[in-house]
Amino acid sequence: MSAQAAATAVATKISPVTFKSDYKPIWCPGCGDYSVLSSVTKAFAILELEPHQIAVVSGIGCSSRIPAYTSCYGYHGIHGRALAAGTGLKVARPDLTVLVAGGDGDGYSIGGNHFMHACRRNVDMTYVVMDNHVYGMTKGQPSPTTEPDWNSKLSPGGTGLRVFHPLVVALAAGANFIGRAFSGDPNGTAEILAQAIRTPGFSFVEILSPCVTFRPEQREWKNVVRPSPVEATDDPVRATRRLLTDDGFNIGVLFKGDRAPYAPPMGKARKTAAELEEGFAL
Amino acid sequence: MSANTGRKKVTSTGRAAAPAKRTSSAKGGAPAKAAAPAKGATRKRAASAGAAPSDKVLQLMIHAYAMEAEAAERYAEFADAMEVHNNSEVAELFRKMARIENLHAQQIRESMGWHTVPPPADNVYRWEGLEAPETADHGDLHYLMTPHHALQIARLNEERARRFYAKLAIDASDDEMRRAANEMSEEEADHVRLIDEWLSRTPAPEAGWSTDLDPPNYNTD
Repeated sequence: MSAQAAATAVATKISPVTFKSDYKPIWCPGCGDYSVLSSVTKAFAILELEPHQIAVVSGIGCSSRIPAYTSCYGYHGIHGRALAAGTGLKVARPDLTVLVAGGDGDGYSIGGNHFMHACRRNVDMTYVVMDNHVYGMTKGQPSPTTEPDWNSKLSPGGTGLRVFHPLVVALAAGANFIGRAFSGDPNGTAEILAQAIRTPGFSFVEILSPCVTFRPEQREWKNVVRPSPVEATDDPVRATRRLLTDDGFNIGVLFKGDRAPYAPPMGKARKTAAELEEGFAL
Repeated sequence: MSANTGRKKVTSTGRAAAPAKRTSSAKGGAPAKAAAPAKGATRKRAASAGAAPSDKVLQLMIHAYAMEAEAAERYAEFADAMEVHNNSEVAELFRKMARIENLHAQQIRESMGWHTVPPPADNVYRWEGLEAPETADHGDLHYLMTPHHALQIARLNEERARRFYAKLAIDASDDEMRRAANEMSEEEADHVRLIDEWLSRTPAPEAGWSTDLDPPNYNTD
């Protein structure tokens, strides 16, 4: 068989386009979330999943619009509660690939408690946070990852507050996979997401996704990010040491553990949906 | 180049394969790349030689296809973004570029006789940057940008593609690969020239083009 014939024989079964809906994203031109959407769909294609096998769950914020832009099952939930909804969905429907997505405000502030406990519970799902260090949808307030000296009319002189370190928290709380990606590298991000989804248990991927409207200086991130100089480790102690010297711009998989995911025994439903609905009747 | 699939008749220039849309008009002048030689022309020119492409040239064409397909996808995303922000003139231009890049991808696919597109060696695309050289960065967009800005982005992409192929030609260890990469580089250089012509017919943005009296961000002074 010639090289060409051999290569032609390998068919690309599913294209990323398969996972895109007909809705046009309502994000600012230049927003990193466009690339994240592209990476998410590429990751699904890499894994050769089909849209009906996936549920994309989100909270509130610019990035949380993402379920509508995919052709998968989608759930656009309430602020900070995406992980709670995703956890319930995965436990009830373990056959689904559950991807929970949102922003740094939604995930680390309003949903901060859910974040910790999702890591601890280690349900088999993937959490993607599009981190732009700002609340974009509500016009640019500082978020938990905003630098303490970021000066704006809404935070004159900066907040002076120490930033939240999501990777450190994820590691301490028990996430089984921890990585960081950059929206400006959609192909690399897709690979990390595919690894995250493949890894059993709770996978957390922080994606640096610039907000060009409220943090235009983040356009420079593309010149700052770099591939992590070290390979992923399965040792939490080594991972912790690495995080102590991390400046937030190392891209790659930091930690890949082998903790068994939480999977409750599947019993038989004791009530039908109609019977459950009766309980809510006024 | 001798990347012959043995399936297609060839022309001397490859232009005959281009559909009529490539000559359609656009605001600000004819679409620059519309008159460009079809991608895939290099394969067609040599098809009569009857030889299968070497592994290296095959990889080159796999990358060439990915480059065009990614560029098309990105321009379509840009068009969507501009449409949502009511910048219809630029949206239309990006849509046109997406069509042209898609056409180029299709031409490569047809000329190589690919029913499905083969993956690159080791499933890894080898670009110099984070993405294919003809793929623009989302960060280059502005909601108030003009067609002139859009053409500048396109020019930059074509120039990066030209340099990519030119470097491959310089680094090539055999004549077939060098010839193929040089031809691809020349095609991209043609596109750069055509975009330059198009740019010369397109009004430059006025001073203060990005001024918005009701800006989304009121945090800055």
